[in-house]
Amino acid sequence: MSLEQFKNRNVGTQNYVKLDLDHTPTTGWCQFKQVVKRTFKPELFVGLWVTFREMINALFRGKMHTTQYPFEKLPISPRYRAIHDMLRLMESGHYRCIGCGLCEKICISNCITMETRYDENQRKEVSEYTINFGRCIFCGYCAEVCPELAIVHGQRYETASEQRASFSLFEDMLTPIDKLNLQQEYQGFGAVSPNADENIKKTPLAY
Amino acid sequence: METATVLPEVTAAGVIIKAVLILAVVSAIAGFGTYIERKVLAFMQRRLGPQHVGPYGLLQLAADGIKLFTKEDIIPQHANKIIFAVAPVITAATAFIALAAVPVFPDFTIPLLDIYVPSIASDVNVGILFVLGMMAAGLYGPLLAGMAQSNKWGIIGSARTAIQFLSYEVVTGLSILAPIMMVGSLSFVDFNNYQADGTWIVVYQPVAFVLFLIAGYAETNRTPFDLLEHEAEVVSGYVTEYSGMRWGLFFIGEYANMITIGVIASVVFLGGYNDFWIFPGWLMIIAKIAFSFFFMLWVRAAWPHVRPDQLMWLCWKVLMPLAVVNVVVTGIVMMIAG
Repeated sequence: MSLEQFKNRNVGTQNYVKLDLDHTPTTGWCQFKQVVKRTFKPELFVGLWVTFREMINALFRGKMHTTQYPFEKLPISPRYRAIHDMLRLMESGHYRCIGCGLCEKICISNCITMETRYDENQRKEVSEYTINFGRCIFCGYCAEVCPELAIVHGQRYETASEQRASFSLFEDMLTPIDKLNLQQEYQGFGAVSPNADENIKKTPLAY
Repeated sequence: METATVLPEVTAAGVIIKAVLILAVVSAIAGFGTYIERKVLAFMQRRLGPQHVGPYGLLQLAADGIKLFTKEDIIPQHANKIIFAVAPVITAATAFIALAAVPVFPDFTIPLLDIYVPSIASDVNVGILFVLGMMAAGLYGPLLAGMAQSNKWGIIGSARTAIQFLSYEVVTGLSILAPIMMVGSLSFVDFNNYQADGTWIVVYQPVAFVLFLIAGYAETNRTPFDLLEHEAEVVSGYVTEYSGMRWGLFFIGEYANMITIGVIASVVFLGGYNDFWIFPGWLMIIAKIAFSFFFMLWVRAAWPHVRPDQLMWLCWKVLMPLAVVNVVVTGIVMMIAG
């Protein structure tokens, strides 16, 4: 399909398919014919067949639509901006954050608070790091600006909690040291979701 | 009818046991029917339906029952309290009284007490007339309920009840008249015996069968004709102000009526409880009633409902004339054929 067809804004001359509607019956005989025609058309049975077919599909061909949500979850897009994760270096296990403070600077809702100091080796270490999730708008600037890929957006979108503090401390967001081998590298902005191939469909306009 | 002569005498104890049996089993089936309905509709829409209470959601029925029984029973301030309270009982009672003259389960004898339990609680010789009359009296349930609750949706619901039930009784009566002419009796047992040779009445009377099904759906307030309590239009119609077990009684009555329509359709048109090929009669009647019930759910999943004016148009301009023509043609054919 060439671009010309999309650029054509003249509605009246496009290839629209009009519904094949009958004329409104005028005389009594026409009305009677319409009733008889509609009565003996098997349209009602087509409807019955469609629902029955869907039942067979759902029960025996594994085409049930339901996702039993708390027990099974659909894969989430890597672009999704949920609660932040603090990543560790794979080699040493040390956290990646170098205490540069760019995320704190760029945060447009001023929700990141960090304090840093020099440790005994004269390296910057992060002594305090919290994100106020009451203010955070999940814009993703902090992850975008981070030079070390230390702060990224994770996949925890279920953020109902008794206290905001259960999410917002540095230790909570940091990858647990014993689960270091499970740490997912951030795919980056523009990454496609893992099930992207399954989700590709023809647009309805094509037919 | 040589089988009737060998049957034991029907005692009062047997009839009472039968009545309790019908009441218990049909209430249970009516409750279970809600589960089946939700499951079947869910499958047809490719959902799972209730499944968290018990295995496959089977105990959903118990959960619903607990909810209905423990819910607060609200009677609106300006309602007519007596009529408001009585109306649900009318619906449930008429539905169960109608089942008294219907053959529901096969007959049996309780072994130790030697009490014979008949298949029909009271085998009146005008069974069909009695059942249809009782279902017609069920009209008063929704009608009084809607009028007593001082609610505009209730009033609209009860007005629709009146036009729908009264109109479609005409079609029910006329459509079932043709089989009655053929059999020459109003007793369900005679209908069953008429079809004992294996030829179902639906073969002779397909038009009457279709008309009866349509009218039956209208009288049981099932989906193509569920105008009485259609949510999108009249909130809940005549049950708008009801809650708890009073509302549950309407539901039980509706499902009992569905079963009654299924039984009438099976016995009058679909060969009754006669043996069929290798299948025994009791299995056949259960299969037929179950299919009839399933068909009601199937129709609900597939078809949209009609407008009130279309409902009246369908009744008086299409179904009623067709039923009359069917009766006349049946009469002429019977006269010519012998």
